[in-house]
Amino acid sequence: MLIAIAFYLFAAITIAAAVMVVASRNPVHSVLFLILAFFSAAGLFMLAGAEFLALILIVVYVGAVAVLFLFVVMMLDIDIAELRQGVLDYVPLGALIGIIMLIEISMALGVWAFAPEAGGAVASPWPDAVSKITNTEAIGHVLYSQFIYVFQASGLVLLVAMIGAIVLTLRDRPGVRRQSVAAQVGRRREDGVELKDVKPGQGL
Amino acid sequence: MDTLHADLLLTAPELLMAVGGMVVLMFGVFAAQKRPGIVNALAIVLFAATAFLIWRQPAGVLATAFAEAFVVNDFTRFAKLLVLLGAALSILISTRFFEREKIARFEFAPLMIFATLGMLMMISAGGLISLYVGLELQSLALYVLAAFNRDSVKATEAGLKYFVLGALSSCLLLYGSSLIYGFAGTVQFDGIQVVVDGGRNLGVLIGIVFILAGLAFKVSAVPFHMWTPDVYEGAPTPVTAFFAGAPKVAAIALLLRVLFDALPHAAADWRQIVTFISIASMALGAFAAIGQTNIKRLMAYSSIGNIGYALVGVAAGTEQGISSVLIFMAIYVVMTAGVFVCILAMRRVDGPTEKIEDLSGLMGSRPLLALCWIILLFSYVGLPPLPGFFGKYYVFGAAVEQGMWPLAVIGILTSVVAAYYYVRIVMLIINGAPPEKPFEPTMGGELRVVLGGTMLFSAAMIIVPGILVGWAGIAAAALIK
Repeated sequence: MLIAIAFYLFAAITIAAAVMVVASRNPVHSVLFLILAFFSAAGLFMLAGAEFLALILIVVYVGAVAVLFLFVVMMLDIDIAELRQGVLDYVPLGALIGIIMLIEISMALGVWAFAPEAGGAVASPWPDAVSKITNTEAIGHVLYSQFIYVFQASGLVLLVAMIGAIVLTLRDRPGVRRQSVAAQVGRRREDGVELKDVKPGQGL
Repeated sequence: MDTLHADLLLTAPELLMAVGGMVVLMFGVFAAQKRPGIVNALAIVLFAATAFLIWRQPAGVLATAFAEAFVVNDFTRFAKLLVLLGAALSILISTRFFEREKIARFEFAPLMIFATLGMLMMISAGGLISLYVGLELQSLALYVLAAFNRDSVKATEAGLKYFVLGALSSCLLLYGSSLIYGFAGTVQFDGIQVVVDGGRNLGVLIGIVFILAGLAFKVSAVPFHMWTPDVYEGAPTPVTAFFAGAPKVAAIALLLRVLFDALPHAAADWRQIVTFISIASMALGAFAAIGQTNIKRLMAYSSIGNIGYALVGVAAGTEQGISSVLIFMAIYVVMTAGVFVCILAMRRVDGPTEKIEDLSGLMGSRPLLALCWIILLFSYVGLPPLPGFFGKYYVFGAAVEQGMWPLAVIGILTSVVAAYYYVRIVMLIINGAPPEKPFEPTMGGELRVVLGGTMLFSAAMIIVPGILVGWAGIAAAALIK
């Protein structure tokens, strides 16, 4: 009962927040609603027993991606009124595509069945009622042992992406004043302070 | 712990490459920001060290590491050495070009290293996941390299086109992989080999089609070749030389690994597809190149055609076919490096030129360079006794052996058509009117070394072709098992 209430609460908030992402006039509000949608979706994952996915969703999407969006939206100079012009024209088409996708997904899921042999094929512990193992443990068992190779290789892919972004966009601008710690530390008292013996009543 | 030790030992060349790449990157950032030449030299040393480690790996055995995600045998060793050779040659001929074009940056070498590492990982992939990760590591670095001259509109266009179409092809590949995984219940090649046992299954067939589509994009085979001419033309010339060599070898090797390690029992299915792709590539490569005026675009169509010839050997589907593909690709890599050195030598006082008509009358002004051009172009035609002839001879021979003589006949016919545009250039070099503005009288020392090496290789192929053929035979035997 409690779980059912929690599910409908999270689900309703997710959908409402998702609608507000599209509908709100202020892009910053849109991103904030997006964060709310991520949080509620994380709650849904938690209810489904996928606690690892829920936490990753919060850490990665809320912690990094959404905050990045927020920065981008705040930094970009976007004319909202111009951007939103004609959005309403697309509502019927968008709704039609959405409804078709909903029907297709429900048709696909309606005939879905797990093959009985699929359970026997798993090579490593698997979260179920028998093994009493959690999601996080199950992933941890294989991520750094069986899949260490592809895990590290994925890290290299991200490194290349970072190098690429820097190569293609970073430009040395002339005339930028940078902090030089060595110069600051190496500065001596004599370089910066000059003592003048001022005679009383005369001034400099 | 013992298995981890053995795993690390087996992947030592790749580990060296990965760690070395990061060291070279840090060295560039902190010590050589203004002198990219040193970083490039370090990268070549790293390639040589990696090649040495691969050379020293035990011969004649099949070894796997990391839960069979990584496979080493004679086939992967051969292909990896070929890839390292192609990549090292491209770095060697790039340094002076980038400096003279004032686009030299130290990030070039690390990107080349990581691209090559991706290729090594592709060649050694033992399953669909490691295949995909290696492919993406390679592709991502290649997209950036295509747009390396970021102030040029053409280079940026090349990078963007390559990226968008490459992402699409990755999607196709992933979709195919998911279908195969859904059917086989495993991502490992040997597991798939057991499950896909030749019975006709629609899911597997569609999966094979999508995987082949994704890989055909990487080797730029028709009908997934559209990006090739634009990317070849827009990218800086040494990067184009790189694109035409090492990544093609890696992708062909990966294609062979997937077809012969994972799907040998579905040969009837994939042979039709490969045959079609092969015929289409040979035809398009021959006919579309005729009207080109830009030498880099011409080389793009030439590489499409050459991939078509290599796929003839793949379609044969025998041990002899595999070894013929390896011989063809080895010759192709060296010849391509030589041709691109010649293209880099097409430089006048006011800058590099890429127009074919500028080669006019080269025989009069630079006889030695002209001679190299003629030898390389005739080798591409497949004129005996030049190396290109051996490549085509073995490939078509493997097809005929399997009774696929229509494929071989089409290959020979398209070779004749292709000969037209190669010979046209040769005629221009010998008989053309001397140009108003001649090329610079000398070329860089490293270009001479690479060109000289190419000529030595050609001579070696004529005198002792048995060495390369023998190595390729050993490599092919390892794949067939």
